[in-house]
Amino acid sequence: MIKVTGLTYIYQQGMPFEKKAVDNVSFEIPTGDFLAIIGHTGSGKSTLIQHFNALLKPTQGKIEIDGIDVTDPKTNLMEIRKNVGLVFQYPEHQLFEETVYKDIAFGPKNMELSDSEIEKRVKSSALAVGLSEELLQKSPFELSGGQKRRAAIAGVLSMSPKVMILDEPTAGLDPKGRDEILGELSTLHKQNPDMTILFVSHSMEDVAKLAEHVLVMDHGRIAMHGTTSEVFAKSGELKKIGLDVPQITELTHRLIKDGIDIRPDIYTVKFASEIYKNLIKEAENV
Amino acid sequence: MFKDITIGQYVDGNSVIHRMDARVKILLSILYIILLFVIDSIALYAVFGVFTAFLVIISRVPFKYIIKGLKPMLYILIFTAVINLFVTGGETVLWQSSLWKGLKITKEGLTIAVQMVLRLVFLVIGTSLLTLTTTPIMLTDGIEKLLKPLDAVKVPSHEIAMMMTIAIRFIPTLSEETEKIIKAQKARGADFESGNIIKRTKAMVPILVPLFISAFKRADDLAIAMDSRCYNSGKKRTRMKQMKMTWIDAAASGVMIAFSVFVIIIQRF
Repeated sequence: MIKVTGLTYIYQQGMPFEKKAVDNVSFEIPTGDFLAIIGHTGSGKSTLIQHFNALLKPTQGKIEIDGIDVTDPKTNLMEIRKNVGLVFQYPEHQLFEETVYKDIAFGPKNMELSDSEIEKRVKSSALAVGLSEELLQKSPFELSGGQKRRAAIAGVLSMSPKVMILDEPTAGLDPKGRDEILGELSTLHKQNPDMTILFVSHSMEDVAKLAEHVLVMDHGRIAMHGTTSEVFAKSGELKKIGLDVPQITELTHRLIKDGIDIRPDIYTVKFASEIYKNLIKEAENV
Repeated sequence: MFKDITIGQYVDGNSVIHRMDARVKILLSILYIILLFVIDSIALYAVFGVFTAFLVIISRVPFKYIIKGLKPMLYILIFTAVINLFVTGGETVLWQSSLWKGLKITKEGLTIAVQMVLRLVFLVIGTSLLTLTTTPIMLTDGIEKLLKPLDAVKVPSHEIAMMMTIAIRFIPTLSEETEKIIKAQKARGADFESGNIIKRTKAMVPILVPLFISAFKRADDLAIAMDSRCYNSGKKRTRMKQMKMTWIDAAASGVMIAFSVFVIIIQRF
């Protein structure tokens, strides 16, 4: 379980450009959760997630992951980064090795694992992100955009973290590359029920497809935190802070406004089509 | 990591020094530096210090920016002082090591050490005053104009100025990029702080490779963007901001030249 208490982070404290990026935030994430973090640009999402693996030290407050305080300067950094994998925005920009294999092996190598263990991990994480074995011996710079992105994600996955955090994993990809990554994340979640996955996203459709819970940030504070259906049912509040709901939810809420009696917590097309079919059937029977 | 670099940092203001023409400012700064190497008596350095303080005050640049510019120089200053202090030979011995006779401080050594340190300090203050009160664009425009006469001997003054502008423009971008890559590699367990020098140098590879790739890519993109807007350095280009000399420049030149003459006269006699 991840427990965040009173987390505050101030950029350039004491300088004229001081900015409170995260403002006294407290919440809990159960183990095995699939949580989406949403919020407009500059709401503090990226600052918040960099605290989970101690890349940033909070100005105030603390984060405990399975009882270990990751904000305590005495906690072993390597231990934290082994347990909490963080995939930055556009992670393909950090690829540097001669082959994809070596690049994925960078994390496990830093963990000083045995060669056979490293090989096992590289192969399994490449498989998990859908990179075929013959790609492993290629230079990462020969891959396509989507493949590079997946190789970079595999580079973090190979450390077998307990918590996996991804900052906008689908940003800048074409629809195909995006669906592939989303599909892989969903499979990853199903196959590893103990792995907690957090992802930052600007696409409400992606959030609707994947997340079990949603955390909404606004001006460094938490505006909402609940199940995906709970959060998307409040489309008015989301719009007030400059966010959106999935298109299907938008449609449903407009129908409700027009006096049609449907439940407001519809956020996937699959679920919506069932409800709508029943609605049409009922209307025909009358 | 790059917060201490004050090169190209401009502090907005509307002081007399800010309003001076960049060309005049550059020329007067060069005069200031030459003067700094002409004088060699402690008394004249004191006069120079007063003059520099006067410049800082009328520029209205906060004092802490000046100090910030000096901070990265600290080790060079200490090194210079120590070397000059012990290496310079002289007649009047002030202190001599009882263990090794070669290690001694002479009056001449002390004088030279103090002078060298003051020279470096004034050099940094003088040049940072130039960059702190002139926008990088004005600065490169000024350099371009000053190099213009050299076009006759095939010096590409416009291209040099353009290169400088681009380089200055990309300092913050690249430092941001570096910080991002460092964080990403740290997240994968990279360790940049421990181990011997060879291990640390090797640890730089995961930073430098992505940084170079993105820098080349940026350069490529920029070149294409410039090309597609028909950028051509050969044609006579006009400027949005025309440089104009005013009475401020005349007055500043007058003050600086009078000061130089005064200093050189005292130095001579």
